[in-house]
Amino acid sequence: MAHILRTSFLPSTSSRHRTPVSGPKGKPQALQVKAKIREIFMPALSSTMTEGKIVSWTKSEGEKLSKGESVVVVESDKADMDVESFHDGFLAAIMVEEGGVAPVGSAIALLAETEEEIAEAKAKSQSSSSSSAQVVEEKPKQKEDVEPAVPAAAPVAPAVSSPKAVALGSAVHPASEGGKRIVASPYAKKLAKELKLDLGALVGTGPMGRIVAKDVEAAAAAGVVAASESAPLPASPAKAAPVAPGIELGTVVPFTTMQGAVSRNMVESLSVPTFRVGYTLTTNALDALYKKIKSKGVTMTALLAKATALALVQHPVVNSCCRDGNSFTYNSSINISVAVAIDGGLITPVLQDADKVDIYTLSRKWKELVDKARAKQLQPHEYNTGTFTLSNLGMFGVDRFDAILPPGTGAIMAVGASLPTVVASKDGRIGMRNQMQVNVTADHRVIYGADLASFLQTLAKIIEDPKDLTF
Amino acid sequence: MHSALSSLSFSQVTTVPRSNYAFDSHSSAFALSQPLNLRFCGLRREAFGFSSLTQSCSGRVHVSSRGLSKKISASAVGNGTPLKSFDYDLIIIGAGVGGHGAALHAVEKGLKTAIIEGDVVGGTCVNRGCVPSKALLAVSGRMRELQSEHHMKALGLQVSAAGYDRQGVADHANNLASKIRSNLTNSMKALGVDILTGVGTIVGPQKVKYGKVGFPDNIVTAKDIIIATGSVPFVPKGIEVDGKTVITSDHALKLEFVPDWIAIVGSGYIGLEFSDVYTALGSEVTFIEALDQLMPGFDPEIGKLAQRVLINPRKIDYHTGVFATKITPARDGKPVIIELTDAKTKEPKDTLEVDAALIATGRAPFTNGLGLENINVVTQRGFVPVDERMRVIDANGKLVPHLYCIGDANGKMMLAHAASAQGISVVEQVAGRDHVVNHLSIPAACFTHPEISMVGMTEPQAREKAEKEGFEVSVAKTSFKANTKALAENEGEGLAKLIYRPDNGEILGVHIFGLHAADLIHEASNAIALGTRIQDIKFAVHAHPTLSEVLDELFKSAKVKAPASSSPVSEPVAV
Repeated sequence: MAHILRTSFLPSTSSRHRTPVSGPKGKPQALQVKAKIREIFMPALSSTMTEGKIVSWTKSEGEKLSKGESVVVVESDKADMDVESFHDGFLAAIMVEEGGVAPVGSAIALLAETEEEIAEAKAKSQSSSSSSAQVVEEKPKQKEDVEPAVPAAAPVAPAVSSPKAVALGSAVHPASEGGKRIVASPYAKKLAKELKLDLGALVGTGPMGRIVAKDVEAAAAAGVVAASESAPLPASPAKAAPVAPGIELGTVVPFTTMQGAVSRNMVESLSVPTFRVGYTLTTNALDALYKKIKSKGVTMTALLAKATALALVQHPVVNSCCRDGNSFTYNSSINISVAVAIDGGLITPVLQDADKVDIYTLSRKWKELVDKARAKQLQPHEYNTGTFTLSNLGMFGVDRFDAILPPGTGAIMAVGASLPTVVASKDGRIGMRNQMQVNVTADHRVIYGADLASFLQTLAKIIEDPKDLTF
Repeated sequence: MHSALSSLSFSQVTTVPRSNYAFDSHSSAFALSQPLNLRFCGLRREAFGFSSLTQSCSGRVHVSSRGLSKKISASAVGNGTPLKSFDYDLIIIGAGVGGHGAALHAVEKGLKTAIIEGDVVGGTCVNRGCVPSKALLAVSGRMRELQSEHHMKALGLQVSAAGYDRQGVADHANNLASKIRSNLTNSMKALGVDILTGVGTIVGPQKVKYGKVGFPDNIVTAKDIIIATGSVPFVPKGIEVDGKTVITSDHALKLEFVPDWIAIVGSGYIGLEFSDVYTALGSEVTFIEALDQLMPGFDPEIGKLAQRVLINPRKIDYHTGVFATKITPARDGKPVIIELTDAKTKEPKDTLEVDAALIATGRAPFTNGLGLENINVVTQRGFVPVDERMRVIDANGKLVPHLYCIGDANGKMMLAHAASAQGISVVEQVAGRDHVVNHLSIPAACFTHPEISMVGMTEPQAREKAEKEGFEVSVAKTSFKANTKALAENEGEGLAKLIYRPDNGEILGVHIFGLHAADLIHEASNAIALGTRIQDIKFAVHAHPTLSEVLDELFKSAKVKAPASSSPVSEPVAV
């Protein structure tokens, strides 16, 4: 504490305000020379002010400050004021978070003179919260209040901010000169910053492929679902739900963020002219293969995804997408997203490059994705980069259904149950076959009936003779 | 021409018909059938001097016996009588707000006045500026309120989703402009100001020619001439304005479309106001500002607060310290492309692709074709050089007799009301009373939500002056958060700031950011204009609860050493 000088941060103007806030104890100025880490105090912005609320930190921890720059906005009993730094340095540690209240004269942050001292200052801020207890009784308590709130306020951050340099074949913005630049609208940028999302990982659906606010919102909504269970929330509503599944009938329930995102996507899908083509596949050979390699951890979903991916290799148009109504993109990767029902919603983990990855790796990958989805830890590129979607309700005994095309993709395949069926064969005999109905919904602006028909034919061939699946 | 003029006169039966050579055959009939507007009967001594009293039967209708009688036979006397050798006492070139203000005051002073307008009466302010933009801002203010669920909830109101009809909004702006335009026209006609249509050009001392393209020019003479030709939007080179996707305020005010994403080049008054309109109507905005800070020209503290309220929480981002060196309109399926260059290093910095770009980089004087070369006047960057009395200075630094320039064309203070004030000041001088406009007492306002207003110096300006002249400067501030009316409106965001001399109580500047700031500033601007000191004005009473108490508090919070002057009321007034 000895080398910490009680300097202070004050509003820029009013000469009246400048004098009274040199810290409650007013240490001698001589210490200033040695001072390396300075405390930033809650200033007295008016004569009647006893405590101030932090409206917002205009700088974040680690950011460089120069003298005269505003660091924090403080709300007093009368007004919001910008508080400026009187020294150059780095904002090392914020001790009172936004929304927190601190008495006049108490430390609200630490300012390090050099970058190296930031860590030291951080350590100091931890210890000082206890040491300053005698100075300000309220503060340590408040700090405890504030700290657990941090992960709660930004649950998206840890889960989502990491994928910075993920190579995404399909995430090429037409407006970005082949991915060199990210074109995002002002609000999208603002939202992404707030939600700590990486714009590079998003696919734009706005005019000319620019990223607009709803893209960010959709990604965030999915991210929140993925991340919320991982956050150590003391009383998370998501956790409360399974404990008390009682639904109050007759009540109006506002959409959750995820439901809101789904709702928007569904309404948006109406603007795409879709059509459907169905096909009946015989799965005896596939079932036999599955039985054979099941022990090696291969799942039916992986097999279907693999078969679909291999069929897509021969029909790139079915793997394309049309975003602006004027042009369409042949996606460079075949990323099969598979719809998975989770608590209170639906998420589509993506098997990337399903055509290239071998079936065993693909199966492991799938298991990992499902685990992550259940834990709500999926990262954006793991659920929003699909180029073709599979939706399977076969496990419920559903024999056929049709799916709604997710915006931004070209086609989705609805897969029914594989059921033993009596069939007449060409040679006039009657036999038993396992048959499965699939139904593809596609964007007719780019994918035509014949495209789907020949794609399904290829798929049928692959599934009826599945040796290529295990290559 | 004859028929056109007569039909024109028929359509104006309620106003006083103006005389013209072509009118002769009708004039007597009109003189009898007209309900002459006699309230403005400005028969003055000087006017009588040149007319014959005996022929003026009632003293209300003036029929001159002089050679010029044909020209004025049917006119109401409100417009005075010209000096013998001139057609008019005063000719004003340009019928904007400045010219209009000058014309009205000239008539009041008994001067025979004509105003020449080459485009539409009302000028920029009424047709392409302040007026239609206020209509759009009125809409944006309401939209903003209706969209602010939080705000509505706090008041206990429930409103379902607010929407708007673009054409309806555009019509409102357009209708307002035409209404104000006809008001201005009528007010001048009612007073008997001659409105001469055509582009005015100075052909020599006290001589102006005007005429429409394709018609022969008319030459008129006047004892004094005021140039009030105003300004046009300034478009820096490299920017291609197509009027559709790359636009100036002229186009934007027609609100022909509301882009999803618009870049606004320049973050001054015009840019800020349009950002308010566009974001309220659902656009996202990117500001491009050449200086290092947004909102240059505002008091820094006000600017900072304004940025926190008007920019940060809205769908706006910005690039500062950059020039938009090249802007290409949208075409061939490509968006508007803006090339940004670093203002300091002059190196290319970034490229933006947006749906539209609004050029709000200021205004350039409209002085081409004025014929200034005929009287040896050279413009400076297009501005007409004038002295503090708005007298035009020629190339040799000498005053041009009988020639004045007011408003945007002289560039002293490019505000409509400043032009009007300058015009009135000129008329005062012409009428024989010396007058100088105190520009520091002219308020300015930016009609965002909430509004910004100011008068006098900013704090840095005041401190600079104080240093030079060796006086002390103090600052007082009050917040809208402490004002009952503002809190009742749930609009506590705002600040009023007073910059003053603590030694003698002189007000150097007042800056307000908050609800109805533009209406609140006048107490301060009037105090500055009249030289009222803080120690005196602080005793003035304000109704409670009103927003004007923000200023009341502001004056009361100032610490002035000088004692209050003796009460202006010499005897106690009993109630």
